[in-house]
Amino acid sequence: MSVIETDKLSKRFGSFTAVDRISFRVEKGEIFGFLGANGAGKTTAMRMLCGLSVPTSGQARVAGYDVYREQEQIKKHIGYMSQRFSLYGDLTVGENIRLFGGIYGLPKKQLAGRTDELLRTLGMENERNTFVSDLPLGWKQKLAFSVAIIHEPEIVFLDEPTGGVDPVTRRRFWELIYRASERGITAFVTTHYMDEAEYCNRVSIMVDGRIEALDKPAALKDTFQAGNMNEVFRALARKAVRNE
Amino acid sequence: MNQVIIRNISRKYGDTTALQAVGFSVPPGELFGLIGPDGAGKTTLFRILTTLLLPDSGSATVCGFDIIRDWKEIRTRVGYMPGRFSLYQDLSMEENLLFFATVFNTRVEENYDLIRDIYVQIEPFRKRRAGKLSGGMKQKLALCCALIHRPEVLFLDEPTTGVDPVSRVEFWDMLRRLKQQGITILVSTPYMDEASRCDRIALMRSGHCLSIDTPGAICRSFGKPLYAVRSGRMYALLKELRTYKETFSCYAFGDSHHLTLNPGGADDVGALQTWLRDKGYTDVSIEPIAPGIEDCFMESGDRNV
Repeated sequence: MSVIETDKLSKRFGSFTAVDRISFRVEKGEIFGFLGANGAGKTTAMRMLCGLSVPTSGQARVAGYDVYREQEQIKKHIGYMSQRFSLYGDLTVGENIRLFGGIYGLPKKQLAGRTDELLRTLGMENERNTFVSDLPLGWKQKLAFSVAIIHEPEIVFLDEPTGGVDPVTRRRFWELIYRASERGITAFVTTHYMDEAEYCNRVSIMVDGRIEALDKPAALKDTFQAGNMNEVFRALARKAVRNE
Repeated sequence: MNQVIIRNISRKYGDTTALQAVGFSVPPGELFGLIGPDGAGKTTLFRILTTLLLPDSGSATVCGFDIIRDWKEIRTRVGYMPGRFSLYQDLSMEENLLFFATVFNTRVEENYDLIRDIYVQIEPFRKRRAGKLSGGMKQKLALCCALIHRPEVLFLDEPTTGVDPVSRVEFWDMLRRLKQQGITILVSTPYMDEASRCDRIALMRSGHCLSIDTPGAICRSFGKPLYAVRSGRMYALLKELRTYKETFSCYAFGDSHHLTLNPGGADDVGALQTWLRDKGYTDVSIEPIAPGIEDCFMESGDRNV
């Protein structure tokens, strides 16, 4: 079953085509890497898929909902996390969970139970009243990810979730993604770490607004006769003509 | 004489230790990297060396001047590109450059040769307001502004964070060319793979320097055999390898897992191969590999400091 389907999805700003007829599908439970150079159109594409920006042309459905007409439904059925914005540092752990749970529409009763469960699985029961700004980065990240999927969304969008994170924490974070994927949550991930591209089931690479390659990492390496994903990325991104 | 000398610098923010007894020196013309994740203390150290922040204890000199007593001298001699874009968003590209040249008592023409390579790439947009530039262009403009007074020492705080791998390579090529002009460069990065582009590096974590040396020497000091392990089912393999009694450490590394075995153990790859075959992994390959900086960082010191 596809949880994301796009057909010639495009976005133009004036005469500039930021996203140029991209067509792809992402299956349920898949870990999908969405790569591209700065300015290739990733953010614009992601904003459309999250229901934050109306496409200029083409079609797309996310979690079964239409990106033109059902944007509010899309927002309810996805989770989102980025390195830049995740949690409120001046709220406590418990308050953050309550805030995001509320925003994602969890009923009060359910939220209390879910909060306890979440703190238990994260081993953070003693941190309920700790300000998020006082948590070590690795904990913040675990918590941010868990909050992003507290409403059991079909898809979680992860926009450079591991930027600046230490190598051990970065790897632990990917184990969280694997576990979510085993539960059937689809992960749509952007990253600038090319080793992380290897952890994805499939990877797409955008160049100048178009998807220039989409396949399993091993198949991409075969196609481009590259030793690793870094070389694949460089082979493709070098073709870019447009200056971000 | 060393362009930067740091002796035993410590700094706290409230109860949080940002730097703990950090010390090293950087000779003229060196490209020196501070490598470490968020919270390592990289920015605090840069702010102290550029005289924007006082250390709690310890001392340092930059270009031979004391960071506390001679702060005015230092400010005319160094260039600083902060991690956060700090130019004037509502001035145009060329106005920003002119502003920084004027503040440092020089003219754009005087040192244009130093920035030419970089500036020509963004010049078509010189009338555009800095706030309206793309990330890559902002970064190049910020570098030009930090260079326009021909500094002796250049401090670059995470210039490549959030930048794609191709543009990162180009940025490091640019730094190489600046180094050839005789500028001493201190640059910080959370990307471990960039360490190899530096002459020497300090690996930093939670305010501590874990090691200071050339990237090659740090990799050679790893001190134990390292193996790359692969199979068709990588995530299952990772979990399995961690349960092996002789495993000391095992981390995912892109298309392979990097494994070290217990010190003092048999270091017997054949035994591991057999163990994995019994667990149903018939397609496993195990090969010895040379450690990289990221391996060294993860193995070094107390992980909790």
